[in-house]
Amino acid sequence: MPGILEINDIRCGYEGKTIVDDFSLSIRDTTLNCLLGPSGCGKTTVLRAIAGFEPVLEGEIILDGRVISSKTIQVPPERRGIGMVFQDYALFPHLSVGENVTFGLRKQSRSQQRKVAHEMLELVGLEDCMNRYPHELSGGQQQRIAVARALAPEPPLLLMDEPFSNLDVDLRERLVLDVREILRQRQTTTLFVTHDQEEAFVIGEHVAVMDDGRILQWDLPYNLYHEPANRFVADFIGQGRLIEGVLVSHESVETSLGMLAGNRSYEWPAGTRVDVLLRPDDVLLDVEEGVDCLITDRHFKGAQIMYTLRTPGGDELLSLVPSHLDINTGQKVKVGVDAEHLVVFRQ
Amino acid sequence: MPANKITIWKITTIMLALIVVLPLMVVFSGWLQTENMVWDHLAKTVLGDLLANTAWLLLGVGIGVTVLGVGLAWLTTMCEFPGRRFFDWALMLPLAVPAYVMAFVVLGLMDFTGPVQTTLRETFGRGGYWFPEVRSTGGVILVMAMVLYPYVYMLARSSFLTQGNSTVEAARSLGLSAWGAFFRISVPTARPAIVAGLSLALMETLADFGTVAIFNYDTFTTAIYKAWFGLFNLQAASQLASFLLVLAVIALTAERNLRGRAKYHEATRTTRVYRYRLVGWRQWAVLSIASLVLTLAFVLPVIQLASWAWTVLEEDLNSRYWGLLWHTLMLGGMAAILTVTGAIILAFTRRTHDDMAVRSSVNIATLGYALPGSVLAVGIMLTFTSMDNVLVTLFTLVGIEVSGQFLTGTVFALIVAYMVRFLAVAYGPIDSGLGRIRASLAEAARGLGATAAVTMWKIYLPLLRPGLFTAGLLVLVDVMKEMPATMLLRPFGWDTLAVRIYEMTSEGEWERAALPAITLILVGLIPVMVLVRRSAKH
Repeated sequence: MPGILEINDIRCGYEGKTIVDDFSLSIRDTTLNCLLGPSGCGKTTVLRAIAGFEPVLEGEIILDGRVISSKTIQVPPERRGIGMVFQDYALFPHLSVGENVTFGLRKQSRSQQRKVAHEMLELVGLEDCMNRYPHELSGGQQQRIAVARALAPEPPLLLMDEPFSNLDVDLRERLVLDVREILRQRQTTTLFVTHDQEEAFVIGEHVAVMDDGRILQWDLPYNLYHEPANRFVADFIGQGRLIEGVLVSHESVETSLGMLAGNRSYEWPAGTRVDVLLRPDDVLLDVEEGVDCLITDRHFKGAQIMYTLRTPGGDELLSLVPSHLDINTGQKVKVGVDAEHLVVFRQ
Repeated sequence: MPANKITIWKITTIMLALIVVLPLMVVFSGWLQTENMVWDHLAKTVLGDLLANTAWLLLGVGIGVTVLGVGLAWLTTMCEFPGRRFFDWALMLPLAVPAYVMAFVVLGLMDFTGPVQTTLRETFGRGGYWFPEVRSTGGVILVMAMVLYPYVYMLARSSFLTQGNSTVEAARSLGLSAWGAFFRISVPTARPAIVAGLSLALMETLADFGTVAIFNYDTFTTAIYKAWFGLFNLQAASQLASFLLVLAVIALTAERNLRGRAKYHEATRTTRVYRYRLVGWRQWAVLSIASLVLTLAFVLPVIQLASWAWTVLEEDLNSRYWGLLWHTLMLGGMAAILTVTGAIILAFTRRTHDDMAVRSSVNIATLGYALPGSVLAVGIMLTFTSMDNVLVTLFTLVGIEVSGQFLTGTVFALIVAYMVRFLAVAYGPIDSGLGRIRASLAEAARGLGATAAVTMWKIYLPLLRPGLFTAGLLVLVDVMKEMPATMLLRPFGWDTLAVRIYEMTSEGEWERAALPAITLILVGLIPVMVLVRRSAKH
């Protein structure tokens, strides 16, 4: 079944410079989706191409079965009906909150507009702000108004460009949850862009990791963490270290921590030199049988402690353990590995 | 600060406000006198024309600068076209051209004997072509709009830049077309900035004397000049000046109110600006428009002036020219020192004694930029004349015989007039420079045992140096260009470059006005460059 939004092999850029290349994505109705990547990876360009602010040099974008962008077609933004929430909120400073929210409803009757405005402001919990002006509101309130304004015309698709990056950490965590709740409740198909993986994992049911204008992996958050498709995703998502090893069979790898095996098998011939990804939660400390490693650093985080270790072979490891286990740097500890998802990359 | 210092700072500040207010009150008091013969005559004959002329001028220039300023600002900030980065700053250059210089260049080029009409005559023969009357309302309006649009351009430009274009994009994602978004989002958001720029341009229009004099277009400034020098009637001049003053106050009120509010409109922090990438014929059309404005308002006048100046260079680059330049710089320098000192006092007092009296004194003392030079000249002249009379009476009482003039007709009167007019110009950079010096610096100095005076000399003034320099420079250049106040108040033998330009142009000797004119443009480029560099930091 085709998705409500289909992006087929698009390329974007200007003056001979390609920003997004060979990019494809399919988004199903009523899902929450996220583009995750470092700044400058082209994720905002993709969003702007969907919204109609950026031309498409190759490929096509199809919304609800209609081509809205291609090499020859560029439906102007105002005729796409796609909602958008901007990084700086982009509230109209000369209009009141109520006028901002009803801006997209100009063709509807006054009473209908008023009804929707009340409904939307109630949805974002700012009923009493109807007649105030944007500059009188806090950053978090402005953010909510921006969401309300974009949702008011009931767009088939909502785009959000780093919508939380201008807020401080506490507020951000709360608002991300609130916004997710609103989007789920209204079943709004959403594509949102961020460089913050926690944000991406909270909101995104599906997350695309992007780098250098391409999608590297399009998957569930759980799989991105535990089964990264390549080194970039492994490095970008979560913490962890790569240690050297040699493939012994399709399932097992010989490393300086001994023989490691998981539930995945690799096609490469035995004897292939590989790197094994070990997450901090894969590495166990103070086990009965293990390899003696040196603790080189410890970082107390309250409930847990993150240890940095060195194996006899000289590889570096990270280990996150409950903070009952308190070992000083410079001491040795027996280390074991419990990696159900053994992730291996060819060198 | 110790109690006695408080009074000195405060008293000086209030004095500065008085120096601004006194001439204005004197101008209005012209109505209290009974002898109204001349005025009745004026009212019957010219007043209607003056009001109508001024109204047309304001309307035309207002529309012209708004369309040019807002349109060009939008194109250079929101659209991408070849040469955009160059035009972004180059379109501010016409600010360096005094309107009266532009005026005589246009006349010289377009007049019956000018090169344009001469060529047409040679091609089509006498009467074989149609040519608009240059010395007309339209002509004056065009000339003024060409040199005054940068006020609107600069303020609208920085407003568009701080807006960024995400609001425009938000509007479009909510269903507005590109033009709809421009008129319903960008322009309303920038409206305070646009109106503030417009008010500044209209104040300049009201204050202008040189342009309208060259075009023989009668307004209040020329009428004041004629009443003063033609009829030797200061009272009629002051009555005319009061009309002009009322108009200036209206423009000033608009500007002050809207500037303050403009700040709220910059509430959101902007990210990067995505410009409309113009393609095909559109980018060439925009490029042509920008080039045309820049050529007409700056390049062409400068080239014409340079070629005129070249023809008279050998003859005119003599001790007389150097004398004019010297006088101009002397007046400018003295006025700059006095004005900057005054502005420092205002800015410091404003920060150290924040009470009603000080605040309103500072507000009043920085009104001067809205006062047309002619109004000021009349006011200062009348004020100093009555002061002289008081002094003469005093001396006579003590038994000393003196001639009547101590203050009137002296360089001092002229310098005071300059200071009143340009205090606000100097106050701006000094006040913002002071705002950047954190209070903790002064507190640290005081904590280390420095007295208030030492703190000022060792901490504030060195840190303020860039601001002081900018302030002095701006005043110097403005004084050099100022025509009406200099014309009316200069003591005998104190001709400046601006006066020379007036004299030469009133005799139609364009070539001989070119050398001083090009000097003024070169000097005027300095503050424009300061502005350009400051706006580049945006």
